[in-house]
This record gives sequence, C-alpha cells and structure tokens, in this order.
Amino acid sequence: MNQQEAMFKYCLRLGDNALIRSYRLSEWCSNAPILEEDLALTNFALDMIGRAQALLGYAGQIEGKGRTDDDLAYRRGERSFYNVLLTELPNQDFAYTMARELYLSAFEYFYYSGLAGSKDATLAAIAAKTLKEIKYHLSHATDWVLRLGDGTAESHAKMQTAVDDLWPYASELFESDAVDAAMISAIGAPDPAALKDSWMKHVSAILKEATLDVPTTMYTHTGGRNGIHSENLGHILAEMQFLPHAYPDAKW
Amino acid sequence: MELKEQTAVQSDLLKSFEEKIGRDDAIEPKDKMPDAYRKHLIRQISQHAHSEVIGMQPEGNWITRAPSLRAKQILLAKIQDEGGHGLYLYSAAETLGISRSEMIEQLHSGKAKYSNIFNYPALNWADIGAIGWLVDGAAIVNQVSLQRTSYGPYSRAMVRICKEESFHQRQGYEIMAKMMAGTADQREMAQDAMNRWWWPALMMFGPHDSESPRSGDAFKWKIKRQSNDELRAKFIDKTVQQAEVIGLTIPDKDLKWNEARGHYDHGPIDWNEFYNVINGNGPCNKQRMDHHKRVHAEGAWVREAAEAYRAKKEKQLFQSKN
Amino acid sequence: MSADTQLEKWEVFIQSKPGANFVHAGCVHASDKKMALQNARDTYTRRGEGTSIWVVPCDAIVASNPDENDMFFDPANDKTYRMPTFYVMPEGAKAI
Repeated sequence: MNQQEAMFKYCLRLGDNALIRSYRLSEWCSNAPILEEDLALTNFALDMIGRAQALLGYAGQIEGKGRTDDDLAYRRGERSFYNVLLTELPNQDFAYTMARELYLSAFEYFYYSGLAGSKDATLAAIAAKTLKEIKYHLSHATDWVLRLGDGTAESHAKMQTAVDDLWPYASELFESDAVDAAMISAIGAPDPAALKDSWMKHVSAILKEATLDVPTTMYTHTGGRNGIHSENLGHILAEMQFLPHAYPDAKW
Repeated sequence: MELKEQTAVQSDLLKSFEEKIGRDDAIEPKDKMPDAYRKHLIRQISQHAHSEVIGMQPEGNWITRAPSLRAKQILLAKIQDEGGHGLYLYSAAETLGISRSEMIEQLHSGKAKYSNIFNYPALNWADIGAIGWLVDGAAIVNQVSLQRTSYGPYSRAMVRICKEESFHQRQGYEIMAKMMAGTADQREMAQDAMNRWWWPALMMFGPHDSESPRSGDAFKWKIKRQSNDELRAKFIDKTVQQAEVIGLTIPDKDLKWNEARGHYDHGPIDWNEFYNVINGNGPCNKQRMDHHKRVHAEGAWVREAAEAYRAKKEKQLFQSKN
Repeated sequence: MSADTQLEKWEVFIQSKPGANFVHAGCVHASDKKMALQNARDTYTRRGEGTSIWVVPCDAIVASNPDENDMFFDPANDKTYRMPTFYVMPEGAKAI
C-alpha cells in the first residue's frame, strides 16, 4: 500500500461513515416521535450527505481515475465500503438511534478536532466545517440520552438496552492500522487509539448522569473498516444503488 | 342575560366582525369571531396541516433510493419543508383553541381529512418529479391565493410557506426535464408519471364551481378568495407550456386553447374516482393512515419520557431552592 | 394508555442579523427549554434566517384585549406633539 492508496482508503472510511449514517438517519423522515424531531433528524441526515459529498469527492480526486462522489457512492460493491459497523445497524427505535448518535458524535468530536489541525489543507477545511455540525449533533444526542435515561421506567429500560447492545460496536472506532499510521505521519491525522480514554470519560459521564449503567462488556465487533460488514450493508446498498444499477446509462 | 339580549349581543358581534372583514383587516386569535368562522378555519387549516404531514409519505418512499447524492439532498430538504409546513399550520390552528393532539386524534378517527392526492402511490423516480412539479405546482396556486386569507395566523403561515415552497416545483420540473432528455427508459417513466398524476392534480382544486358555489361563507368571510375553477384554470394555463418545453404529452385529448375565455378547455374530470378516493377507497388510504397511526403510537413513550424528565428536573430545582 | 402528549407550546422569535429586532416567527412544541431552542433552530432557521433565537412558553405571553382597543390605543392618536414635525423651526436654522 503506497501513500496514495492509504489516503484514498482513509477518505473513503470517513466518507462512508457519513454516507451510511445519512442513510439510517434519513429513514427517520416521517417516522419520528414528534414532528419537530422529524425536522431535526432530517437536518442531521442532510449534514451527513454534505459531509459524504466532500469526503468522497476528495477521495475521487486522490484516486485520480475520474470517479466522482456519486460514482463512489453508487457504483461500489459492499466489500469496498469501509464504514464502521455501528453506522449500518438498523435504527430499531429512537433510543438505539440516540445511543448510536452519542457514540459516534462523541468520537467524531475528538477525532475531527484533531483533523482540523491536519497538514492536509482540504481535510483540515472539511474537518473545521464538520466540527460545527458535530458539536450540535453531540449536544442533541446527549440531551436525548439524558431525557430517555432519566425519564420514565419504560424509557430508562429501552435506553439501557440500546446503550448495552451498541457498546460492543463502539470499540471499532478506536482501531488503528497501517492506513491510520500512514496518515498520522503524512498529514498529522489523529490516532484513533489515542482518543479512547477521552471518549470513555465523556460518554461514561453522560450515561451516569442519565442514571444508566456504563456497560463493561469487552467483546468487540469489527471488520467494517476493511470491508467485512454485517448483513445490513448489502441491503442498504441494494436499495440505495438500485436506480444506477438498473439503468446504468441513465443520468439523473 | 335574557335570550333577546343575548341575540342582540350576538348580532352586534357579527356586525363588527363583518365590518372588519369588509375593511380587509386581518382577524386575530383574540378577536371575536362567529363560531362558524372558527369551525370552518379549524377544519380547513387542520386538513391543510394533515396534508403536509401525510404528503411526506409518498415522497419518503424514495428517500433511500434517490439516484444521486444531490437528488437525495434535495428530496430530503423538500420533505423536511413539508413537515415544517405541517408544523406552521398546526400552530396556526392551535390559535383557534384546538390542540395538536386533538387534531391528530381527529385525523385518526377519520373526522379530519387530508388532501386526496396523497392516497396515490409514488411508483417510479419520475413520480418524485411529477409530485414536485404537478402536485406542489397545484398546491402553490392555491396557497398563493391563501396568503390573502382573512385569518392572520393562517395568512402569515401561508406567506412563509409560499416563500419556502418556491423551490419545490422547480426541483420537480428539473427531474422531469432531465428524464425527458435522458434514455428511452427514463422518458417512458416520465410520461408514465405524467399520465398518472395529471388528473389527480386537477382534482386537487375540488369540485367545479357549479357544485361548490362562490357564495358560501368561505367567500363571504374572505377565507377563500378565488374559486376552484379559477384556480384550476390558472394551474392548467401555466403547466401546458412547461410540459411542451420538455416534450411531455398531457393525457387529455380534449385539451385546447380557448381564445374567447383566455384559458385552456379541458376534458371531463372523473369525479367518481375523486369521491371514491375521498371515501377511503384510493390505492393508499389505508397505508397512509396506518403509517401515521403506527408512528404516533411508537413515539408515545419518547414524548412521555421527555415530559417525565422535565417534571423531575423542575422538582429537583424546586427542592434545591427550598 | 395515558392521554397523548405533544409536549408544551413555545413561541419563537428570531433575530435575522446582529442588532435587528427579534421578530415573531411561529411556534414549536418541546418539553424543555433546551429542546425548544433546538426545535426552533431546526424549524425556523433552516435557510440561514437567524443569528439569535428567543423561545417563550406560550402561556407566558400576555396579549392585549381587542375589545379594549379604544381605551388602549386611541388616546395616543392625538398626541402629535410627540412627533418632530409638530414643531415650527425658525427659518435658516440648520442641523435640527
């Protein structure tokens, strides 16, 4: 793997996280618990699409084969998607979605804060813009985890289940491999492994305030960052890529 | 108060209300208004709000399958606007003394209606174009007219809605134009969508003026400013040219320009179908309602938790102060 | 099953640019202050309409009674001495 290949995969990982998460968030449209929340979740889905466009567009530039953000989103197979598994899990219920948003946004808050100081001007600019959105997502998810955790007995139980079930997927966020190592030395990207303590401290404090138990399970689901996914991603892509696949010559 | 006195007070009220309407002064929530005016508005505004919210479903059917990132972005932003517009309209209706919960309950019980058009399915991607171009196009004709409606909160909501909706019709037309300039499959989809949505779009304006006279309270009280047929003609006149520009055929062999009237004449509208769909027999009536009921029921625990959390926090704050 | 709640009603006021008046934009539902602000943001500033938001619980708004408009507003109509145009300035005086 040379520098260019590492950079390409690196941008795809970041872009795919945004793209697949936008898919799940967009599924809430006309399905949220109250109309106001419908608007909020749709805003987050839109933020994610914007982020995916920027990152996949940049990935295409780095690859240098003329592929656009749409080519990369709509004409790539499952094994070439590098999002973390957490982004592709089904929404289940509002508590699951909020737990997922909390885990991801808390990680991204630390990660993109670091990336904003990267030596790569494009990524630094994308990160600076994205960081504003992330702060809002984190604040929104935190508030809901507090409300649901410390709300009714029913909401507490649902929130605890969501927090527990998604916990084994959070560790994948902190994996650091050869791609990360290359980017750390080349552009001063943050090291995900180094963010685990900050994340743990931040998320644990929120869970405790929400009267929830902090999970202790050590088991880790992994594979997404290298293209080995859960069964969910295949279904997401089958649906998302349906039109470009069925009508390969059409422009939309 | 004696009955006679009460009647006199009532007629004084009505007189000052009608004077206000006559001066084109907006009616505001705290103003005295006849019961029939209030009821008419609640029915109309809540129906309008429900239409926006139920209207999110047919378009929502294509969010996960939008064929490009740009298309997905636009579609999401548009559906989000519909939700926002439902929200503005629920708020306007609430100023008349009905709660959003009550309005939702009336929707679920069938007492309140929503626009018939959303009981049709969105079957291919061109349907998203047709909904934006024809359905929003028809809605906007009506909404522009409603900006001058006599009830202040309704009128203000319509002004905001019209401003925001100006991109909706354009995005729909853009989809249709792109598809008509595309492959044979795409052109076929576009014409198919046109054929299925044209007549239901015309029905959105409601029965002919001969069936629904201009002389009713809605006109007297300036809730409605233009008749169904006037608005329908406006829509047809501007849409025919747009269809021609991109090569779409309007599925009406009787459609032709009438120089004397200064409008297009159109073929007969199938009012049997219209009333059939209103009475619950459209292709998607049950699906749309079931969806709304399911989401409402599934969200109840979240709303209750939010209230419970607030109550807990207020109690804690009170205890810490005392 | 308990009665449906759609949360409390809040009135929303938006300042469109720094220094401008806060103008009533509409209403949102929310269970607490923070949610009210977030919902107002997601509902009324989607097109960059705002630089600042106020939210106020609807029941905290006190409105004047239109039946008392005579008493309330008419007495101000003949106090023209509050307007600068009421005064006769000597010819030739500048910058006043």
